[in-house]
Amino acid sequence: MDWQALGLSVKLSAVTVLILIPFAIWVGRFLAYRQFRGKSWIEALIMVPLVLPPTVIGYYLLVGLGSQSWLGQLLEQLLGQQLVFHFSGLVVASVLVNIPFAIQPIQRAFEAVPEEVRDAAACCGMSPIKALTKIELPLVWPGVLTALVLCFSHVLGEFGVVLMMGGNIAGETKTIAISIYDSVQAFDFASAGQMSLVLLLFAITALALTTSLSRRLGGLNVSRRR
Amino acid sequence: MLIGSFSSFAADVPSIAAAANIKFALDKIATNFTQDTGKQVRISYGSSGNFVAQIRHGAPFELFLSADDKYIYQLHKLGVTTTEGELYAIGRLALAAPKSSSLSLDPQLNGLKSLLEKGELNRFAIANPDHAPYGERAREFLQKIGLWQQVHPYLIYGENVSQAAQFALSGSTEGGIVALSLAMAPQFQAAGHYVTLPSELHSPMYQRMVLTEKAGDTAKLFYDYLQQQRSRAVFSEFGFGLPNQTLAEQ
Repeated sequence: MDWQALGLSVKLSAVTVLILIPFAIWVGRFLAYRQFRGKSWIEALIMVPLVLPPTVIGYYLLVGLGSQSWLGQLLEQLLGQQLVFHFSGLVVASVLVNIPFAIQPIQRAFEAVPEEVRDAAACCGMSPIKALTKIELPLVWPGVLTALVLCFSHVLGEFGVVLMMGGNIAGETKTIAISIYDSVQAFDFASAGQMSLVLLLFAITALALTTSLSRRLGGLNVSRRR
Repeated sequence: MLIGSFSSFAADVPSIAAAANIKFALDKIATNFTQDTGKQVRISYGSSGNFVAQIRHGAPFELFLSADDKYIYQLHKLGVTTTEGELYAIGRLALAAPKSSSLSLDPQLNGLKSLLEKGELNRFAIANPDHAPYGERAREFLQKIGLWQQVHPYLIYGENVSQAAQFALSGSTEGGIVALSLAMAPQFQAAGHYVTLPSELHSPMYQRMVLTEKAGDTAKLFYDYLQQQRSRAVFSEFGFGLPNQTLAEQ
């Protein structure tokens, strides 16, 4: 059992979720309430990571952010640290890959908030920020929770991107999925089996918890709404 | 979050990229190295071709042990490394099969021939000859003994020779041609058996290593250590041939 790799994966998941969820709340809300030209193109763009193979994303990141690209060189000068083969690069990759998993559920949840409720809040003189925190977020929070769990679990299992641009360095970019792959390559099936089981149990628990939580809370919201 | 917590650890422990086929030998040498010098290394195993791409794009590896010297020459030609490095071992092929397999093992592949004639061969594993050096040598070997055409329809390809070895031992193949260094590892022998294939029937597999520009003192020390007698003994224990130029060294 490679605890270092598991720890690294959990850290990567947590950092990704912390960055992505506030961003997704902002974008998801914007897309739910606004109609504008080219909206379906923006939505399509957001969904792209869902259909691209992770190795393609990993390839673009390796070439686009590597030390041979101008962008990679610029970022390296600004940050004092190159992104590829480094934990920060994995964060960038995870955030990009998980955009659809974060925005989709949150956007749907905002779309389900009745317009009258928002109008009522505005009529009562609530500021947009107050309306968001007091009225909308309590209503959309099952969507936020779903996004959070989806992203967290998805990062834990991310493989192709990390393989392409991570470099498989212990303690830095060797995540649990890479460690499982390594164990299998080394005929260490006991270790691979243990780690796979941990991931499987985690995935089932996380999904079961989200489903039951959002059913309870979501059910409340729906009954209140109707 | 402890984002910076690993960088101090990285400072004196060099990252090393190594071809998957030397895993068992190199793990042992790294343990010896730590015993003898008190210093540690971090080794990432993978396919040599992938490492070349990563090193070109700035991967922080200080030392690269390739399965095939052509990758080292490539890096040198691209101006990524200042030298052409050093030969550290010569790879050999082995025919391997799961313990339950009906394939009988012999260096001339007569067992494989008879399975083919009886129509009892279902699957045979080698590494992908298009980009894996051991797969390329396996294809050469099969061509030399005139079996390539017949075996071809039954081949399944591993992404690298380690995966090919896994396939060869999975029980869903009758066997495969893999690196001798993997076939000799204890983990492998628990599941299968092997026979060494004659090296005259394929072009030699010169495994070469090179220090990158990022190499620090520990990486350089390890590079020298790999050429010393204790490391050479380990390579030879795992079935590698040894380069002669440093034979005189103690």
